[in-house]
Amino acid sequence: MEEKEIEKELPAQQYSLLVKKIRDRFGGAILETTVFRGEITHVVEKDALVGICRFLKHEPDLQFKFLSDVLGVDCRKTLSCFEVVYHLYSIPNKYRLRIKVRVKENEEVPSVTPVWRSADFAERETFDMFGIVFDGHPNLKRIYMPTDWEGYPLRKDYPLTGYKDEYNPFGVEKV
Amino acid sequence: MGITTEGNVLFTTVDNIVSWGRRSALWPMTFGLACCAIEMIAAGCSRYDTDRFGIIFRASPRQSDVMIVAGTMTKKMAPAVKRLYAQMPEPKWVIAMGGCASAGGPFNTYSVVQGTDLVVPVDVYIPGCPPRPEALLYGFLQLQEKIKREMPSVFAKFKV
Repeated sequence: MEEKEIEKELPAQQYSLLVKKIRDRFGGAILETTVFRGEITHVVEKDALVGICRFLKHEPDLQFKFLSDVLGVDCRKTLSCFEVVYHLYSIPNKYRLRIKVRVKENEEVPSVTPVWRSADFAERETFDMFGIVFDGHPNLKRIYMPTDWEGYPLRKDYPLTGYKDEYNPFGVEKV
Repeated sequence: MGITTEGNVLFTTVDNIVSWGRRSALWPMTFGLACCAIEMIAAGCSRYDTDRFGIIFRASPRQSDVMIVAGTMTKKMAPAVKRLYAQMPEPKWVIAMGGCASAGGPFNTYSVVQGTDLVVPVDVYIPGCPPRPEALLYGFLQLQEKIKREMPSVFAKFKV
């Protein structure tokens, strides 16, 4: 989105703190910024992710101390990559912010567990469902599915009914 | 067999006595998987009061006669269900409570077992989502009917 459009969509304080300040500081690492109904999304460079997250958490007038969720999106059809989405909340300032990282298949995303400990389970879930590997995660293993599970169920090429086995006669035949 | 009580004689069979004993004290296992378990708990509490049928929830499979599979069984849970069933002493029965336990319910998905009968043998299926406590009680009464018709002495001859 154009800078002017963004400015029009947001209250002045949010624009200066959550868009301008971050863009001024990290410049080229912010690939894209969109605002939809007052929700701000930054698409950031993969290698700059942890630095940006640390800044967002510790900067006194931002204080994004709460990581609401980490999730994945399989956009291999449209963008030929996966997206990892971080939802942040600043409890003292009541701001919300969304950070996205785009990652190719077989690429690793740096883990944000050093910044927020709560990223541990959330990243494990994303790994479990999408097979996205988080570099530097202390305990990256499946969290929902059984440990011997094959495949990543929320990928678009995984059948909804799963594969045929003893517990699911309606599943898709494995080729 | 005859029983004498103050000069009266009652005639019955051993099978009848045994199955009467079995069906009058059906002890289910305290074991729930999902929201159906809430209705199961309601059935066990004072309003519906399964105790009046001799149905008393036990906290161990070793002391139980009935397993109520109450809720959605995932593939991850299936081995645990199998093991609990194996830990119950004979004779034992299984009630599949609700749509999920009967046939996977609305979850025709990768992670859900499409019916308890794919894991352990089931005696009574109770439809509903979740079934009301009355439905569970009716299921128990159906199970009692079933046990009434069993002939333990005949079964004993054909042990597997």
